[in-house]
Amino acid sequence: MASPKSRPVTKARKQARKADKAPGVLPVTFSDWFAGRGWHLRDHQAEVIEKAQAGKSVLLIAPTGGGKTLAGFLPSLIDLAEAPSDTPRLHTIYISPLKALAVDVARNVELPAAEMKLPIRIETRTGDTPQNRRQRQRDNPPDILLTTPEQLALLLSHPAAAEFFRGLKHVILDELHALVASKRGDLLSLGLARLWQLAPGMRTTGLSATVPDAEPLQRFLVPQLPDEDGVLPLAELVLGQGGARPDIEVLSSGERIPWSGHSARHAYAEIYERIKKAKTALIFTNTRSQAEIIFSMLWSMNDDTLPIALHHGSLDVTQRRRVEAAMSAGTLRAVVCTSTLDLGIDWGEVDLVVQIGAPKGSSRMIQRIGRANHRLDEPSKALLVPANRFEVLECTAAQGAIIENILDGEPPRNGGLDVLAQHVWGVACAAPFHPDDLYREVSSAMPYGYLTREQFDRVVEFVATGGYALKAYERFRRIVPDAKNERKGMLKIRNPAAAQQYRLNVGTIVEAPAVTLRLGRPRRGPDGKARGSVRGGRKLGTVEEWFIEQLVPGDTFLFGGEVLKFEGMAEMEALVTRAPNSEVKVPSWNGGKFPLTTFLADRVRQIINAQENWHTLPDQVRDWLELQRQRSIIPKPDELLVETFERSGRHFLVCYPFDGQLAHQSMGMLLTKRLDRMGLQPLGFCPTEYALSVYGRKPMGDIDMDDLFDEDMLGDDLETWLSDAMLMKRTFRNCAIIAGLIERRHPGQEKTGRQVTFSADLIYDVLREHEPDHILMQAAWADAAGGFLSLGRLSGLLARVKGHIRHQRLEKVSPLAVPVMMEINRETVLGEANEAILAELQDELLADMRG
Amino acid sequence: MYPTPMRKAPLPAPCQAAATLAGVAVVYDCSGALWLPDCGTLVFSDLHFEKGTAFGEKGIFLPPYDTRRTLRMMGEVIARYRPKTIVSLGDAFHDRRAEGRMSEADGASLEALMAPQRWVWILGNHDPEPPARFAGEVHEEVEIGGLLFGHEPCASGQWQVAGHMHPAAKVVHEGRSLRRRCFVSDGERLILPSFGAYTGGLNVLDTAYKPFFANGFDIHMLGKLATFRVPRRSLRADSQSVMFRG
Repeated sequence: MASPKSRPVTKARKQARKADKAPGVLPVTFSDWFAGRGWHLRDHQAEVIEKAQAGKSVLLIAPTGGGKTLAGFLPSLIDLAEAPSDTPRLHTIYISPLKALAVDVARNVELPAAEMKLPIRIETRTGDTPQNRRQRQRDNPPDILLTTPEQLALLLSHPAAAEFFRGLKHVILDELHALVASKRGDLLSLGLARLWQLAPGMRTTGLSATVPDAEPLQRFLVPQLPDEDGVLPLAELVLGQGGARPDIEVLSSGERIPWSGHSARHAYAEIYERIKKAKTALIFTNTRSQAEIIFSMLWSMNDDTLPIALHHGSLDVTQRRRVEAAMSAGTLRAVVCTSTLDLGIDWGEVDLVVQIGAPKGSSRMIQRIGRANHRLDEPSKALLVPANRFEVLECTAAQGAIIENILDGEPPRNGGLDVLAQHVWGVACAAPFHPDDLYREVSSAMPYGYLTREQFDRVVEFVATGGYALKAYERFRRIVPDAKNERKGMLKIRNPAAAQQYRLNVGTIVEAPAVTLRLGRPRRGPDGKARGSVRGGRKLGTVEEWFIEQLVPGDTFLFGGEVLKFEGMAEMEALVTRAPNSEVKVPSWNGGKFPLTTFLADRVRQIINAQENWHTLPDQVRDWLELQRQRSIIPKPDELLVETFERSGRHFLVCYPFDGQLAHQSMGMLLTKRLDRMGLQPLGFCPTEYALSVYGRKPMGDIDMDDLFDEDMLGDDLETWLSDAMLMKRTFRNCAIIAGLIERRHPGQEKTGRQVTFSADLIYDVLREHEPDHILMQAAWADAAGGFLSLGRLSGLLARVKGHIRHQRLEKVSPLAVPVMMEINRETVLGEANEAILAELQDELLADMRG
Repeated sequence: MYPTPMRKAPLPAPCQAAATLAGVAVVYDCSGALWLPDCGTLVFSDLHFEKGTAFGEKGIFLPPYDTRRTLRMMGEVIARYRPKTIVSLGDAFHDRRAEGRMSEADGASLEALMAPQRWVWILGNHDPEPPARFAGEVHEEVEIGGLLFGHEPCASGQWQVAGHMHPAAKVVHEGRSLRRRCFVSDGERLILPSFGAYTGGLNVLDTAYKPFFANGFDIHMLGKLATFRVPRRSLRADSQSVMFRG
């Protein structure tokens, strides 16, 4: 809704004539209000109202700034204005992935409602809403409720849900593109399926940014029950006008572009100059630590003392809100941020978006660029800053895709069985149910169209007894037959305690164990040893536990734009002091967070192959590729180049699939297993976004590469590796928490994140040994295949390169391999080499004792 | 970088590390069991049979296979050493009702493990009464092979080999951390790690260990194929308190 606000009056008037073709859509009160503000009804807004009045569900796809949110609300506002109800009843629910967005939208919808003096009550309900207000909302519902998927699930689990939702007319789903491909989307889809039962007259409106394929979203919005011809229904599609093409530039700084690394240090001076020229700039990074580094570097060169702020998910909430408020007030010149600002509140004044490091996907980048200049007719300005040479290629690929307006995205996922378990439990909490009905209902949710009755029954049995082949918990069933019910086969929740257990565990977001950072020093006793109690100052935010684990007191690191010194742990908090003049000792780099999309990877391969276009690349990059052509080869887009060479007594195999770090990591794990069996003594491997290197004691030049890269590596080797993989256990833990097997941690409870992690490992080991096809193991496997294993990408890679492997035996490292070699030893990641850690520590101890 | 496990070869003698305890030869097995070669005695501590189903009674339906896994792991160690005597160092049963919850098959497996040799139950705080179904000697404390065995260590008084604490150690090396169960000893006294499949661990840096080892202690962490003695300086406290002791 920022666009109508910022649109100049004259231009609006001119275009208002165009809107005359849809007369009568707006009631007089509304058209007067539009006119009074100097606004006009846009075509897509009119179309949404018409379809709503015809009782249709709608997917509205429009770029940011197109008056999209107002379009979603207008049908409800009109309906409520024309037919006010005497008794309080819930008319419309608006669901947003972000709490902050719900609150912000509430303000923006209240304004027109108040100015038109509409008799409408609008309220929000989030995790922060106090208990007494929630109670009041249940007893005396507002006309419009703005909330989140988790709160919807909670409302649906209440025994009064059927009554509460009976009169519901309209559900608005904001930022639908961001929700669908996640477990929150699964939960939301199941909630919708419930609402279709409770409120048969209800229709939906989905609001989405541009997506490559709208069909899954259209299906998401209507019950997926086939018609007589077996066709599944789609919500109607309304497209907003596209904005002007963005003005997008890849920074080719005069300075040397680094071979590897992610800091983009070479470009800071140039970025600072661009900030000075812009009104307000948003500077996006891919990780929090990258944001920290860039923020502190910008400050160190900030001779003009420009107001520049930092925003990321680890910072304390109050600090984040302060930055957001300053941004809204227009008092900031730049904000360095992570994906926390990908979605959300509109800021009219942003006129430059800078992306540090490769964008990883064209859709993500378009979303980020859309944060600038919320005026459809003016181009958004964006600057892509590659941090190394490979990233130059990726940024160039993204630039091309964005100019051609080609989007990428992952295909829709199958709904998680863990999320389904949570939902079944919630349904039972609300009222007795029949499994036949619930199966039909659940299958009408788009992500669960795949679900077989057998899988569904196993999930119900899981909620009832844990679902084990060994029937140990029959006596403690959570869901029991409803004997009093006339209808046979009805099931109900056993007792209020089982319902309470559900309410404490609702939601699909499982946070990594995190530690609070607080200013202060541990209080020390006379012996100088820490006594543990806090001499405490302000809370600065949270950091992942693994990061704190590697610190010893005295270590310094960057956080919130400051250098902090770790003083020690007290209770469950990390105490730190400010150390402004210290060197930063511990970097907290943890790799690229988003995998390169398949689509961009394809384009990168093509850029490398298209020698006729190399002249458009920065000189250094062109020279680099030219050198590669002379010393090794330039692979064709469908070829996989594999290079083998020796360096400093070690033997290397480097290949360049460009399929993202996750797929390369899986492949590295499997290749080393295979090389080990061949007796080639591999020592380790290093995956990057673009390439994979494996190194070992013996030459790898004589290997039959077609054999080595054969698709059969996805069989037994994968199974063996996964049996003990840390990441597999972590994936299982998340499923176990979502499904309610392990209780979620709550503030003030003794059960800590650490403890859950630990016990989940034990449960995984036991279950894997005795019931490896348990429903939770299936859920974890599905997550792993789509998640950290990136199995879809890996099998696609292996199929693609079959018969197209170009093996180059080289005397020495090739130009393309140089950045890959520089990554080795740079990034330490939690690996699988646990035994090696212990052996090395023991060696150290023995060496100490000898010395 | 992902070093593969075979980067440092060879590993120490399979499965075990030899040491002496108050002058008696002992072997720390990587399963968490203690082996006394001179008197052919194998010691398991804190088996916590039926801990999973104890949670089940409270509505948390953990996979009810922990007893089965614990028994299988015991069987493997017993087959390796073929002991003359087996000692269960207390807390073999998670609670007084555990025997009743144990499945018929698991009960029979336990009896089969007990049959071939002398079997000693030491009572613990979780199982203060002798088991009803399973035979074997029952003691509060017992002396075998020149060492005194009891469930709980104590600050003063006589104890040499105990369990109860479920010791675990966390080490950090080159930015990676690892938490494993461990043996804790000062050469005169020893605390065994817990053996049960669902038993967690209490970090050895916790103040609870202070009274037992006035002059410091050594750590042997359990690896997959060996136990590893690790330097004191590599030990880390848990960043959050771990209460999962059962």
